[in-house]
Parts: sequence; C-alpha cells; structure tokens
Amino acid sequence: MPVIEYIDAIRQAMKEEMERDEDVFVLGEDVGLKGGVFTTTKGLQEQFGEQRVMDTPLAESAIAGVAIGAAMYGMKPIAEMQYSDFMFPATNQIISEAAKIRYRSNNDWTCPIVIRAPIGGGIFGGLYHSQCPESVFIGTPGLKIVAPYRAYDAKGLLKAAVRDPDPVLFFENKKCYKLILGEVPDEDYIVPIGKANVLREGEDITVISYSMPLHFVEQAAAELAGEGISAHILDLRTLQPLDKEGILEAVRKTGKVLIIHEDNKTGGVGAEVSAIIAEELLYELDAPIMRLCGPDVPAMPINPPGEKFFLLNKEKVKEAMRQLALY
Amino acid sequence: MMKTMTEIVVPQLAESLVSATIDKWLKQPGDWVDVYEPVCEIITDKVNAELPSTVAGKLVQILVEKGETVPVGTPICVIETEGTVDVALQAAPEGHSATSERASEKEPLAVESEDAPMRNRFSPAVQQLAAEHAIRLSDVPGTGLGGRITRKDVLAYVASGAGKSNQSANGSVAAPAPRTVDAAAQVRSSGLHLTETPKFPKIEVEGSSNAGRGDNFIDVTPIRNTIARNMRQSVSEIPHAWTMIEVDVTNLVLLRNKLKDDFMKREGINLTYLAFLLKAVVNAIKDVPIMNSMWAVDKIIVKRDINIALAVGTEDSVLTPVIKNADHKNVAGLAKEIEELARKTREGKLTLSDMQGGTFTVNNTGSFGSILSYPIINYPQAAILTFESIVKRPVVINDMIAVRSMANLCLSLDHRILDGVICGRFLQRVKDNLESFNLESKLY
Repeated sequence: MPVIEYIDAIRQAMKEEMERDEDVFVLGEDVGLKGGVFTTTKGLQEQFGEQRVMDTPLAESAIAGVAIGAAMYGMKPIAEMQYSDFMFPATNQIISEAAKIRYRSNNDWTCPIVIRAPIGGGIFGGLYHSQCPESVFIGTPGLKIVAPYRAYDAKGLLKAAVRDPDPVLFFENKKCYKLILGEVPDEDYIVPIGKANVLREGEDITVISYSMPLHFVEQAAAELAGEGISAHILDLRTLQPLDKEGILEAVRKTGKVLIIHEDNKTGGVGAEVSAIIAEELLYELDAPIMRLCGPDVPAMPINPPGEKFFLLNKEKVKEAMRQLALY
Repeated sequence: MMKTMTEIVVPQLAESLVSATIDKWLKQPGDWVDVYEPVCEIITDKVNAELPSTVAGKLVQILVEKGETVPVGTPICVIETEGTVDVALQAAPEGHSATSERASEKEPLAVESEDAPMRNRFSPAVQQLAAEHAIRLSDVPGTGLGGRITRKDVLAYVASGAGKSNQSANGSVAAPAPRTVDAAAQVRSSGLHLTETPKFPKIEVEGSSNAGRGDNFIDVTPIRNTIARNMRQSVSEIPHAWTMIEVDVTNLVLLRNKLKDDFMKREGINLTYLAFLLKAVVNAIKDVPIMNSMWAVDKIIVKRDINIALAVGTEDSVLTPVIKNADHKNVAGLAKEIEELARKTREGKLTLSDMQGGTFTVNNTGSFGSILSYPIINYPQAAILTFESIVKRPVVINDMIAVRSMANLCLSLDHRILDGVICGRFLQRVKDNLESFNLESKLY
C-alpha cells in the first residue's frame, strides 16, 4: 500500500469523489487558483475547472449558505473553512439551517453538505488559527461530526461524508497535515461514520481520544508497555453521533478510563463521553473517570512557552496514563 | 469477646414472592439458636416453610409478631452472636491474622490504615466482582494507589483460586467472620429447609363464644386470600368462554377394571381414570399446541414444555401442583405422579418447585360427583379442563339404545387466545384419545 501524507489523503478523497460524481464540487477561500492555504485543494481547479472548484469571498456565512442552497438542489458541495476559527460567522447557517432542513421539511428536503475545517494548534498560529470548535457544534442534533487522526481514516471518512445524505462537519487536524504519514489503499473504500476504532488492545487502562492527541497516546502506550502498563486505546473517529457501544465496550475492558482531547475541558466531547460511561457503567468502574484536555483559557497563546503549556504532548499524556494505571 | 446483633430477614423464597406471613414463632426471646435452626414458620402465597437462622446465637428480640405480613427483606428478629465482626473488613494481612491473637487486633489495623489509606475504599467494579465471586475483600492484596484493591487485583485473586482454599483453611480465629458476612449476604438467598410437615392453617372462628344470634366471623387465612386473589385476577383479566363435550369411556372402564388389581399389586398405588385422561389431554395438546400458551398483551407465548397443573382439593382449600414434562410420561408414570402430588397436598408437603411452571390445568371434578362445572382458568394459562363423573346412561348407537359409561369434559378458555373452532378440535382430539383406549392398550 502506498504511504502518503494526511493532507494528500484528504486531497485524494475530494479528487476521487469529484471524478466519481459530477454533483460534487468544492468552494472556499483560496481553494481554486492557490489550491488552498495548506495546498489541500491543489490541482483540483486545473482538473475540474472554475465551476467545480470555486474561490469565494472572505465570508464564511456565505460559503456555508451557498453550499446549503446548492445541496438542497441536489448538489454535493464540499465547503472549506480556511481555519475552523473562521467558522463562527457560519455557525448560524450550519446550526440553524443545515442541521434542521431535513427535520423542518419533514424529510422533503435534505442537505448533503460537507464542511471541512482544520482544527488544532501547535503551528504558532495563536488565538485565531489554533482553535478546536468541536464543543460548539456537538450537541446539535442533525449534524454529524468526524475528526480523523490518520491518513487512512481521513480519506475514508471524507468519502463517507461526501456520500452521506446529511450535513457532516469534517474536522481535519492541521498539525497532522504533513506530520502524519500512513498507508492508504489505492482502491475505493470508506470508513463508516459513527464507528469508533480500537487502535490498541490492553488490560490496565482505557484511553479514549480523537484527532492529533491519539499520536501522543500511541507513543506513550508503547513506552508504558515497557513499565508493564497495558493500555487499551479507542479512537472515537466520529464525535457525533458517538459510538456509544464502542465506548462502553472499551471501558468495560479495564474499568479505568482516561479521555483526552485538545479542546478545552469544560463542556467538551470528553464531558459527554464520561456522562455516557457514568450513566451506563457505574458498577464496572474501577477508578474515577479521568480527563486530560486543554486548559479552560480563552485561546491558544501565541508565545512559544504559552503554546507549549496549552498543548498536549506525549509526556503529559504518559503521566496521566500512568496515574490512572497506578490508581 | 464482642457481642454482635444480627438481624434475620424474610428471604426471597421465589422470584414472584414479595411478602410472607409469620405463622408461628418456634423460638422465644432468650432462647439459644443454632445456625440453620428454624426460628419460625412462615406462610407465603406459594408455600409454607420454616425459616432457618443464618447465625448461631441468642434470640434477643422478635420484631414481627405472629400473624403479621411483611415484605421480603424485612428483619423479623434479632440474634446476638459472639465474636468480632470488624474482622470481615479488617485490613490485617495474612500473617497477622493467622498468628496474632484477637487482643492485638487494633495494632495491625492502625498500622495498615496509615500506609494504605485507600485500602478500604472499594470501587464499584471491585465490589461487584467481590459479590459475584463471594470474596472477602480483606483477603485480597491491593496493588493500587494507597493500597487500594483494584479490579485487576480481584480478578487475579479469583484466577488464583485463593478465595476457596482460604475459607476452608481458616482456623478458629477467623471462623466467626465468614458467618457474619454470610448473614449480610443472605438477604436474597432462599435458605429454605423443609424439615417437617408445615401445617395448613385451620379456620379459626372469632367470637364464636357469643351465644345466640350473632353471625360467625371467619378469619381469611393466607391460603384463602391467595385463592381469592388469583381467582379474582383470572376472572377480571381473562375473558372466559366455556364449552363441553361428552365422551364414551366404556372401553376405558373395562380396561381399567382389567388392570387395576395387578397395578395395585405391582406399584402399590391406585390406577385412576385421571391418569388416562391426562395422557389423552397431553397427546391432544401436542396436536394443538396453542392450548399450552399464555397471553402476553402484544404477543402470545406458546410454551414448549407441557406441564400439567392438577387441581387438588382439601377440605378448606384447593392447590394446583404441577406434573412437569407430562408429555414424557406414560400412563403408569402419570398415575404415580398423581398419587405423589395428591399425597403431598393432603399432607401439606408441597414445595415451591411442585407449584411452579404449570402450563395447562386439569381438574378432576368427577371425584366429588360433579357432572358439569364451569372452571376458572388458572391464571395466566390459556385454558382449564374438567373431568366430570363417569355415569351409566342410555345412549343411541346405530338407532339402538345401549347402556354406556359416559363422562363430560368441560373446558374454560381464554377467548383472547383461543376460539371455538380450535377448542372444538382440541376437545375432539381428547375425546378420540379417550375413546381409543381398549383392552389391548398398554400402561407402560
């Protein structure tokens, strides 16, 4: 299998879906001529033309609104938010329109859009280029939210998102773009939305996470194995709807659970996951549910020591995993 | 020595039981009670039983008086036991508890608490596992933070099999401990020991000494109350319908007369008509399985096993003990079961398992001379059949009048499940089965 970058996997997915289905088109800021600020859409305009790879004004509300309208007329738009931080002007379109169209029209209308948005810090992006907005959208029924951590899932989930009949938010991690390489099959495949994935089998602790921090978790788990601590790792992959069964099964394995994400702790995905566990598995818990998340400060600092303090890394993850194992 | 008060509670004798009535106290305050020794007799909806003590000690207080009905799990008396209880949760390691005397017990406890502050904080997972495997957590080594026993510690302890050997290997020092643990854990166990025949409560007449014109008041016994409740439930919930068929049992009478003396010699019991009837009914149920069913609101449950409940009357009550898997038995086997259940009923020796699982009820109303009856369905079954008296009657056969032995079979049915056609077919099948007995028929 070819080994490609995480960003290539996303580009391949869009390219293949546009070749497969001519209703699929891309729109966003600088996605056409420039090929995207991260080069995610590079080459697409040359291949498919301006009509299918559209540069838009700097107006995220319009990008989302146009995409929603096109989707209601049967198109399959992939709308790019240059950074997820810029997504907030479009939240009204996404939450109040896209998420509700099927319900509001009693199934007469659907809204098969994909909104791609890069999340996460670690690129010295500071306040407005580093945010994780999952918690803003989670808990909005009608939206699906996915967040792949490796190239294989990025391609498979994006294809599944394009083919999904309802709005899907695709949170790709910008730190992963060039950093993460992985095997991706040549042939067509999808990764089903709503299914979590066990990355590692273990017996002492269960770690549940998604997106970039999973790489720290995997590294830490490999090192902790040397100390006799065996970690069970679950990649949520889909944040909404959460794979409840997958979560419960993973927790049941060890009775000790650590939930990790870069988004800040209060009201994050981890809060929902731990509530599910507490509701269903009280009598199988062997330790308090633990969370390791970004601190509850307004944003990622721009200064390097501040960013380092804010961000998760292998050492922080490893320490938390060890604490839980020893409990 | 420490004195410990242990409460004896009403056990969960069967899943459906919610309460029990104290019939008689066998022990009085001040009496010594051994472990497993009955302290009182209790009456439940299904069975009467003696309640054994879970501990040895002195009965100090009766909490529930004779005649009172209390829910399952209610403490009914207090027994004072001697010995230490805190040993169950005490953190002493193996070495200490085996060698040191009780006098020094405070020290290891204190020491343990200091360097193992989490030793006695049990997580839900640990408590659940300990309960599942009946493990004393004080025996399990803790490897977690602050000496905490982790889920894995318990699993490892179970895997090592230490729990079992430990209990039998424990010397006299630790002996009182498991007993108190048992007492606490016994809330939902069925510690039933039917050591002697429980007596049916006799009807007591209150105020009968009032000579003259007063009416007599009869206390409703628990069993009467149960019958009343079941009958009311059946009649109010099940739309009953009724039908009857007439059967010519002349050949059956001849067959029975031919075999009954031999059977008595060989088996020591009566060969009754009822045994033949049961065989005929069971075979008919096999052909019409819907008779063996119950109403479950959104579905009908057709039972796989054919368990025939037999209505057995005494002077003041009627019970319905069950012949399990009646379709696996031949006529002789059924005759034995009938004899056995009738004897147990008369002697009041029926156990819970004798009473449970019935799927179809047969009532031998002919035994008290009835020729026609309208039975009430044994809730929640689908139908009940009565076997009326066999009487000689003139019958027209081929335009000639003959004297034949005739019997009526009456059937009450749950009209939600069953209709006339299917019941007619069922009764016809029973009739055919009964009429096809002849002098060549075999009992075994």
